[in-house]
Amino acid sequence: MKFERYGIGIAKGMAITFKHLFRPPITVQYPEEKLVVSRRIRGNELVWFPDRCTGCATCAKSCPQGNIEIATHVGSENNYVVDKFELDAGRCMFCGLCVESCPYEALAMGVSYEQAQYRRGDLVWSKEELQPLNKRPSGYARPEIEAALPKQSLLIYGDKERDEGGQKLRLIPLSKKRGRGV
Amino acid sequence: MAIRTEPFILNVGPQHPSTHGVFRLRVTLDGEVVVDVEPVVGYLHRGIEKLAEGRTYTQNIPFTDRLDYLASMTNNFAYVLAVEKLAQIEVPERAEYLRIIMAEMMRIASHLMAIGFFLNDLGAMMTPVLYMWREREKLLDLFEMVCGQRLTYNYMRIGGVSQDIPEEFLPALKKFVAEMPTFIDEYEWLLSQNEILLARTKGVGILPRDVAINIAASGPVLRASGVKWDIRKADPYSIYDRFDFEVPVGNVGDCYDRYWVRMQEMRQSVRILEQALEQLPGGEVYAKVPQLLRPPAGEVYGHIEAPKGELGFYLVSDNSIAPYRFHIRPPTLINLTALKDMVIGWKVADLIVTFGSMDVCLGEIDR
Ligand code: SF4
Ligand code: SF4
Repeated sequence: MKFERYGIGIAKGMAITFKHLFRPPITVQYPEEKLVVSRRIRGNELVWFPDRCTGCATCAKSCPQGNIEIATHVGSENNYVVDKFELDAGRCMFCGLCVESCPYEALAMGVSYEQAQYRRGDLVWSKEELQPLNKRPSGYARPEIEAALPKQSLLIYGDKERDEGGQKLRLIPLSKKRGRGV
Repeated sequence: MAIRTEPFILNVGPQHPSTHGVFRLRVTLDGEVVVDVEPVVGYLHRGIEKLAEGRTYTQNIPFTDRLDYLASMTNNFAYVLAVEKLAQIEVPERAEYLRIIMAEMMRIASHLMAIGFFLNDLGAMMTPVLYMWREREKLLDLFEMVCGQRLTYNYMRIGGVSQDIPEEFLPALKKFVAEMPTFIDEYEWLLSQNEILLARTKGVGILPRDVAINIAASGPVLRASGVKWDIRKADPYSIYDRFDFEVPVGNVGDCYDRYWVRMQEMRQSVRILEQALEQLPGGEVYAKVPQLLRPPAGEVYGHIEAPKGELGFYLVSDNSIAPYRFHIRPPTLINLTALKDMVIGWKVADLIVTFGSMDVCLGEIDR
């Protein structure tokens, strides 16, 4: 093998490296800073609104994993009362089919994506844990929620000013300390 | 006394950085020269074909994401096209365009990954990959915006796509399409004439034209061997007949040609994206399809040109809500059968390079 152009490749590589010295960094120091996620994010969390749920179990039927467990009894006003609504996040693939199929918009995906647990049993969410107390529902298949969420930060606009409103790449600073403990 | 030598067996993988997943190559070596290669697959087997028989047609869409996880969108596309062919469902115009846009974005993202990791296998440790990841990241941002996730999109539905694009999608994609050619120029300027890349890939791992045809190779691996076969042109599905693009072909079939074909295909994908963005009509994105679809009894084979080759779904329906048989034709498994012919007689380092240039994805091989 002849090395005809020996050195040119290295020079070109160095030129590109040199160019990058003058570019703003695009790295994000997770978990100290976080980008704004998509408004339709299918995070590792589901949000269930008990007041809207009729116990029809359409969501359970549409789940590919057979993941949602619902038990109901007939109440006084000839309605279904949901006794049990359980969802095993360890088996869930967060595909969103249950959310899409719910006819009463009683189920939504959540924004949070940090749901790691030490025990598998902790991944099973009961009726109480699924309620929207400290959760943020995401706009997946829910256009009204989507409209209210902040816009996603996009790398394609980088650090340069964006066309509309001149927003910068937004970073949400978290705690100053590295790592958050257990 | 004469020195006696004998071949020895080396296991490359299953935990090896250049096997791109859990894959094992049993290599028989004579010194440093490869005498025999035996691929061992199955470490990632999840039985998707069997699982799919117990689930409805819609419920199977998320499973197709888990085949070639670097190109989930095209897996969705191939599957829904096969079901639509089986049940004879018409798709709205806008949904067809959105599908093409997603498929071509996915092709760029997958080729970026393929080229980046191919260079990684060559020893250009992480530097070119990071440049390519930067562009792939922009695409993943856009996918996330549309369907909420970055790897397992689950975006296409039987009869259309799950949701319309948000309004900030088109300006961002237009910006990407305008910028991408300059980035491809940058990669080519950096790489295509680099003497180390040329020395390591030119003439290495040649797949002759007739062998490529005989083993039914497809995608960039086949086209690098000089066969002009692209299902988008040869058997146009969806609305590919409306776009003007070229099919780049190599002439030798060595590792460099496979690299080069992928590079050129990204340029063609940008061209398709430009045209699709210009023509994108308004309207509905989802044809009303019953939740529990019961296609008429029969069988169908639907195939598309996925980034890695011909991805086909063979479905048999018995008029129930779940497929009776669900078979996947993964492009990379079939391309991989050529590996033995390509590497015998080469050194171990060339084996790694040749294997890297095939762009395999284990999720699809083992399924
Ligand atoms: S589909 Fe909706 S309303 Fe019906 S049980 Fe599920 S969450 Fe409740
Ligand atoms: S997100 Fe998918 S897997 Fe999870 S519960 Fe809903 S339908 Fe089942």
